[in-house]
Amino acid sequence: MSFDIGLIWSRMPDILGGFGLTLVIWLVGCLAGIALGFLVAVLRRNVAGLNIPLAAWMEVTRGTPFLIQLFLLYFGGPFIGLSLEPITAGLLGFTLYGAAYFSEIFRAGFAAVPRGHIEAGECLGLSQGQIMRRIIVPEMAVLVLPALVNMIVLLLKETAVLSIITVPELTMMISAIGSENFVFVESLFLLALFYWAMVEIAGWLGRQAEVKLASFRPAT
Amino acid sequence: MTWQLFQLLVTAAGLTVFISAVSIMIALVLGTIVSVVTLSPKPAFALAGRTYISFFRGVPLLVQLLLIYNLLPVMGIDLPGIVAAIIGLSLCTAAFQAENLRGAFASLPRGLVEAAEMAGFSAAQILRRVRVPIAFRLALPALANEAIFTLRASSLVSVVGVVELTRTAQDLASSTFLPLQLFAAAGLLYLLLSWTIAALGHVMERRMRWGRV
Repeated sequence: MSFDIGLIWSRMPDILGGFGLTLVIWLVGCLAGIALGFLVAVLRRNVAGLNIPLAAWMEVTRGTPFLIQLFLLYFGGPFIGLSLEPITAGLLGFTLYGAAYFSEIFRAGFAAVPRGHIEAGECLGLSQGQIMRRIIVPEMAVLVLPALVNMIVLLLKETAVLSIITVPELTMMISAIGSENFVFVESLFLLALFYWAMVEIAGWLGRQAEVKLASFRPAT
Repeated sequence: MTWQLFQLLVTAAGLTVFISAVSIMIALVLGTIVSVVTLSPKPAFALAGRTYISFFRGVPLLVQLLLIYNLLPVMGIDLPGIVAAIIGLSLCTAAFQAENLRGAFASLPRGLVEAAEMAGFSAAQILRRVRVPIAFRLALPALANEAIFTLRASSLVSVVGVVELTRTAQDLASSTFLPLQLFAAAGLLYLLLSWTIAALGHVMERRMRWGRV
């Protein structure tokens, strides 16, 4: 088994394109997923009628494989008038999948904000909106940070699944190059190393962010 | 969607249950070994354990499955897809279970181990009779959670030619043009299986509630 550096070099634009798409889907999907997950957690907490339907939706997303969700969206979508390009379907599916996990993290975070802090805010005459914005959200943000970082890193690996619905991200590009040139195993090794490095770097960056933000951790 | 199609999915779910159950069992044994190796006082062992956990947690399962499925024939080992699938799923899950158990081993009450030492237990006896059972109990919720992850991740073995639940739904969807119904039904079956594992986890937690640690 040998790596042909020339081959890798000549296909560099494809590899970088796939890598770029993986990064974009991961970052955009995580940001959108965090926003949506936060919204879901807030709605479940504050709007009584929405708690049960949203909880059911989250349970279904968290209890079924990501691949089945993608198939449902990509192959089932056209039957209900939702024909999406692979990239759009992939990004949408990835965002919805991530949002379910993020909302659960935020829900736990909301529950962990000490009751006394909220009561103190009420005693000082802050409105519910102010309590949310100035007490609950900042405290929760620091509490959920480790779980959030963990989830973001886990989701990086989930982007590989998008190759199955032909999203031209890193896994699809590199395995395509491998099978065209009969170096499938070598290309998969390269791919594994690529992801391993990305996950280690993302984990390291996350830990740096945690250390930086730990100084804001509320004393409980 | 007809009753007949649903029955085909249920039959295929049997294979998903088999692959997941075997992989979960292997991963528990392998994960225990890896976590004990990681906590070894010998630096080389600890490094090997940590590298294992880091690699198998850091590479997407899909890539691991493709690699194992394609690597084995190159090495002259000809195995059916289902074996490659179980190997891949077990190796990956073992890394996550090892990490869960590592946390449990680290939080073992020091006094229990000391008591066993005072009672004249050998290191191997302490491991088998004190550390492993208690670590398992402490880690049980995390272990059960990971088992549910394994069940869902088993849908990825459809890409290495194993005709389990996901692959069956896919094949039926392309021949009947009913993707919406078939994938929804497959999702429902996965959901039921996830709940079953969660319920089993709760039963085990209740049964293992001997004494307090």
